[in-house]
Amino acid sequence: MKQIAILSGKGGTGKTTITASFAVLAHNAVIADCDVDAADLHLILDPHVNVKQEFKGSKLAVIDKSKCSECDECERNCRFNAIKDFVVDPVLCEGCGVCVYVCPEKAIRLEEKVSGYAFISETRYGPMAHARLNTAESNSGKLVSLVRQNAKQLAEKGKRDLILIDGPPGIGCPVIASLTGVDLTLIITEPTMSGIHDLQRVLEVAKHFGVTSAVCINMYDINIENTERIAEFCNRNNIETVGKIPFNPIVTEAMVAGKPVVEYSPKSGPSNEIREMWNKVRRGLE
Amino acid sequence: MILSVASGKGGTGKTTVAVGMALSLENVQLLDCDVEEPNVHILLHPEINETRAVNVPVPVVDEKLCDYCGKCSEFCEYNAIVVMPNKVMTFPALCHGCGGCSIICPKSAITEEKREIGLVKKGFAGNIEFACGELKIGEPMADPIIKQVKSEINDKKTVIIDAPPGTSCPVITSVYGSDCCLLVTEPTPFGLHDLKLTIEMLREIKIPFGVIVNRAGIGDRKVYGYCEEEGIPILLEIPFSRRVAELYSRGIPFVNEMPEWKREFLSIFNSVEKQVGK
Repeated sequence: MKQIAILSGKGGTGKTTITASFAVLAHNAVIADCDVDAADLHLILDPHVNVKQEFKGSKLAVIDKSKCSECDECERNCRFNAIKDFVVDPVLCEGCGVCVYVCPEKAIRLEEKVSGYAFISETRYGPMAHARLNTAESNSGKLVSLVRQNAKQLAEKGKRDLILIDGPPGIGCPVIASLTGVDLTLIITEPTMSGIHDLQRVLEVAKHFGVTSAVCINMYDINIENTERIAEFCNRNNIETVGKIPFNPIVTEAMVAGKPVVEYSPKSGPSNEIREMWNKVRRGLE
Repeated sequence: MILSVASGKGGTGKTTVAVGMALSLENVQLLDCDVEEPNVHILLHPEINETRAVNVPVPVVDEKLCDYCGKCSEFCEYNAIVVMPNKVMTFPALCHGCGGCSIICPKSAITEEKREIGLVKKGFAGNIEFACGELKIGEPMADPIIKQVKSEINDKKTVIIDAPPGTSCPVITSVYGSDCCLLVTEPTPFGLHDLKLTIEMLREIKIPFGVIVNRAGIGDRKVYGYCEEEGIPILLEIPFSRRVAELYSRGIPFVNEMPEWKREFLSIFNSVEKQVGK
């Protein structure tokens, strides 16, 4: 079984648009949406949810006021400044349990909280694993791992040989959880100075974890000079540029219609380019 | 006043708005809290005059003192320390630095050392005071760096915070404590969906907000319908234009080339200031 993670560093470069089209073209893939705190792929793939799992990713300190003697030990020992006047700030608390340990009155306990849900679903294009992290929650990396585990099980059960991972932006915890152990990361960038900067950082992360990368330049004609700069950079670093997608309002139109662009407008420039890129990626995986 | 700029969906124009606002005001400090992919410096080219490391404490076990009782690993909520029959392993990248293992160790075998996970850089871009954070490649935890960037807040100035995308931990850490949050969205289904999540988040942590629609004219009208239904003010619309996109692609703040927009940013700022009362 092969796994591809679609990443970008910078947000809004087209990860989800391209993943959705790949889901159409792949035929025999399992789709995994690992952008768990701002998931959008379901808006296009319209999954029917079969299983909903509670995700308990974090804990929260709770003070029993009736036992508290206001000795201040908890406040002094909390490294996250999460206790003030014997009240726990749920935003700042990281659920470490130090306060529970130091409290002489045993007035504090850790409570598990439901910090999101994981879903196992069916789409027109194949099975899908996805999730929803509750807002204002931490531990998205753990939820990403759960989604990937679910995707793997779906692939084994359905004898599917590919997992398509739609990743989150950035380079931190959820990105690392999305790319470890995959066969390829396809990095979607745009020909902007920020796009180039963010591309270089996410490429370094992939390299750090020993994952091969390929690059796609989306909206390449917004700035041809920068596109050339990216292609040159990739060339110098032995990274294949597998696609250059032109800017075209049809891509947004497809999103508004709730359809993958290769299905909405199969003959458009972006669709042609995505198909060609998919063929290269597929061949590269074999 | 502290004004944060957030979005849920990435690439909607947070940095464009944060930089546009900073260039339109006087006596301003701009903090780039998107420490995973900081971009403000690309538009503003600040002169950096101070760089410091951000360190987090991680445990060091003195195995001469350790009797492998395993209490530390039982205590650790993050699985960052594992005790085997005659060996202790630590996983620094998982450690949150709570210090629990060193408090709990009955043999006092655990001390802490500093581990560098990123940088904070400070400087000026013209009159704009600037600070940003930078997460080291391969490091998972952005929060300690964001907190360090925010420790630079200069309360004698108007502070603008450029937040990372998303709705989880790093975003909350960035916007927490601000007087108002500007939510930048685009009028597309993805933009609207992530806007709703971000609004849910801001309501939970009780920060007032207003919406800025970027790339107005693309997509559909549903963002407007939603804001009207919910009584959410749309503070500004920036129409989609190839010129703005091209300027951005070259790393040029569009308000510098189209200075009439500075008035718009100033007027949003004034109305926010009036409402927040600071």
